[in-house]
Amino acid sequence: MAEIKKQATRESYGEALAEIGAKYDNLIVLDADLSGATKTGTFKKQYPERFFNCGIAEQNLIGVATGLTLAGKLVFCSSFAMFAAGRAFEQVRNAVGYPHNNVKIAATHAGLSVGEDGATHQCNEDIALMRTIPGMTILNPADPVEAKECVRAAAEFEGPVYLRFGRMAVEPIFDENYKMEIGKGVTLQDGSDVTIVATGLMVGMALTAAEQLKAEGISARVINIHTIKPLDADLIIKAAKETGAIVTAEEHSIIGGLGGAVTECLAETCPVPVLRVGVEDKFGTSAPAMEVLKAYGLTPENIAEKAKKAIALK
Amino acid sequence: MEQAVKKQLQVTACKIRMGIIEGVHAAKSGHPGGSLSIADVLTYLYFKEMNIDPANPKKADRDRMILSKGHTAPGLYSALANRGYFPVEDLLTLRKLDSYLEGHPDMKHTPGVDMSSGSLGQGISVATGVALGAKLDGDAYRVYSILGDGELEEGQVWEAAMFAGHKKLDTLCVIIDNNNLQIDGCLDEVCSPYPIAEKFQAFNWYTIEIDGHDFDQIEAAFAQARQNKGKPTAIIMTTTKGKGVSFMEDKASWHGAAPNDEQYEIAMSELKAALAALEA
Repeated sequence: MAEIKKQATRESYGEALAEIGAKYDNLIVLDADLSGATKTGTFKKQYPERFFNCGIAEQNLIGVATGLTLAGKLVFCSSFAMFAAGRAFEQVRNAVGYPHNNVKIAATHAGLSVGEDGATHQCNEDIALMRTIPGMTILNPADPVEAKECVRAAAEFEGPVYLRFGRMAVEPIFDENYKMEIGKGVTLQDGSDVTIVATGLMVGMALTAAEQLKAEGISARVINIHTIKPLDADLIIKAAKETGAIVTAEEHSIIGGLGGAVTECLAETCPVPVLRVGVEDKFGTSAPAMEVLKAYGLTPENIAEKAKKAIALK
Repeated sequence: MEQAVKKQLQVTACKIRMGIIEGVHAAKSGHPGGSLSIADVLTYLYFKEMNIDPANPKKADRDRMILSKGHTAPGLYSALANRGYFPVEDLLTLRKLDSYLEGHPDMKHTPGVDMSSGSLGQGISVATGVALGAKLDGDAYRVYSILGDGELEEGQVWEAAMFAGHKKLDTLCVIIDNNNLQIDGCLDEVCSPYPIAEKFQAFNWYTIEIDGHDFDQIEAAFAQARQNKGKPTAIIMTTTKGKGVSFMEDKASWHGAAPNDEQYEIAMSELKAALAALEA
C-alpha cells in the first residue's frame, strides 16, 4: 500500500481536481487570483483550457460559476474561505443557494491555521454562514484522504456544495481505501463515557484526546463529521443516548458551526450536556499556525478537559 | 422597419404594459416604473430578436435573457405571458401565496425565466458565465441581460464587465435601462454612474446609444450587436420611467408602488385608448 503523506487538505483538493478532470470533460475550475494557494493551479497545469481566472473579484467569481453551470458545466470555484463564504455570501445565497444551482464552492485557508496572515484572513465564520442557506451541503474533511473523497463526492452530487479546506499540513487518518458518503458521520473509535464529535483538523486532535482520556480510565467515543450539513442527526442522537455527554471540536467559531449544529440537534431531541471546543467569539491573530491553535484552546488537552467537564454535568 | 411590423410591436408593447399594471394592481405592490420603461425592449427581445420557443422553454439552443434588474419582474412576466409561456390571466396572481409569479424572477418555478434574480449586480455576472460556457462549447446562442442604470452603482457589475471584456465574450449583449431614476431620486443626485458608455468602452465593450422607446433604433441596435465581434456589446437606451402611463412618467415615486383602484382605472383607460388608436 502506498504511504499517504502528511499534507494540507488544499493540496489534496488540487490533486483531486486534476484526477477527476479526465472523468468529467465538462469540469471547469475557476479561481480569483489565488490558484497557487488554493491549489487549483494543479488542475490548471493539466487542463489549462478548462481553467479560468476571474481575477480579484469574488462576487463575479460566484456569478460566472453559476452561469457556467446553467450552460451545462460542472464547476468548482475557489478562493480563501474569507472571500468565498464571507465577501461573496450574498452571491452564494441568491445565485447559487436560492435557485439550487449545481455550483461547488471550494474554499481554502479556512480557520485559524492560516497562521501568520492573521485575523483578517482567518475565517472562523464560514460554516455558520453556509449553514443558514437552505439546501447547501457543507463538507469539511479531516485529512488528505478524506479531502480527495469530498471532491469526488461533491462532483457526483447534484446541488450546491461548500467544501472547506485548510492551509496547514495534517497527518493522514484514513488509508487509501477509505470512502465517505455525504451526510454519514464516521465513528472512529467506540466509547461509553463521553462522545467527542469533531470535524476538519480537530479530528486528529480528538483521537489524541481520547487516548489521553483512556489513560485516565475514561472511555471516549470519537465521531468524525465530514458533512456538517446535512448533519448525521441519527449518529449524534445515538451517541448522546449511549454516552450521555458530548464535546464538539472544530476550527471555527463555537457559534453557528459544528458545535451550534450539534447543540441545536440535541436540544430538540436528546438534551445532554454539550461542551464546545472552538474559537470562542474572538477574532484570530498572527503567529505560526500551531501556536495560534494552542493560544485559542484548539488542543487535545482542552478537548480532554471539556470531556471531563461534560461528564461531570451528566 | 415596415410600418405594419412596427405597429404590431407597438400593440404588443401596449398589451405588455397593461399586464404590468394589472399585475401590480392585483398584488397591491411591485415595481411598475422600471417595468414600463423596459416594455418596448422586452417586446422586441421576446417577439422578434430572440430564438425561443414558449412550448419548449428550456430548449438547448435558445437565446437566454437574464433580467439583472429583477425587480421589474412584472414586465418580464407580462412579456412571457403575452408570448405564450403561461396564461395572461395568471399575471393577476403576482406576489400571491402559491403563485409561480414571485416578487422577483424565480427560474425554478416560472417557465421562460432563465435565472433567478433581483439582487442587483448579479445577473450580468451570471450572463457572463453563460456566455463563457456557450463559447467553450461552440454554441451559437446569444445571451442578453437587462440592467438598470442605478444598478451600475453595484461594484459587481464592473467585475463582470471587466471579465466579459477580457474574455471577448461577443455573444453577450447587455441592455442598460437609462431612465435616470432610482429609488431615492435622480441618478446624478444619488451617486452618478455617468458617463455610462465611456465606462463600458473602457472595459473593452462596444456601446450603442439609442432611444429605448423607438423600435427602429432598437432593431438597428440588436442587428449591430449581432455583427459586433471580439467584444461584448452594451446597448444604453434612454427611456422614460413609467412610460405609457401619464402620471407615472418620470416619477421616482413609481419605482416600487402599486396604483390604487382609481389610479388603476386611469392607467388602464390610457393604455386602452393607446391600444385603440394603434388598432384603428
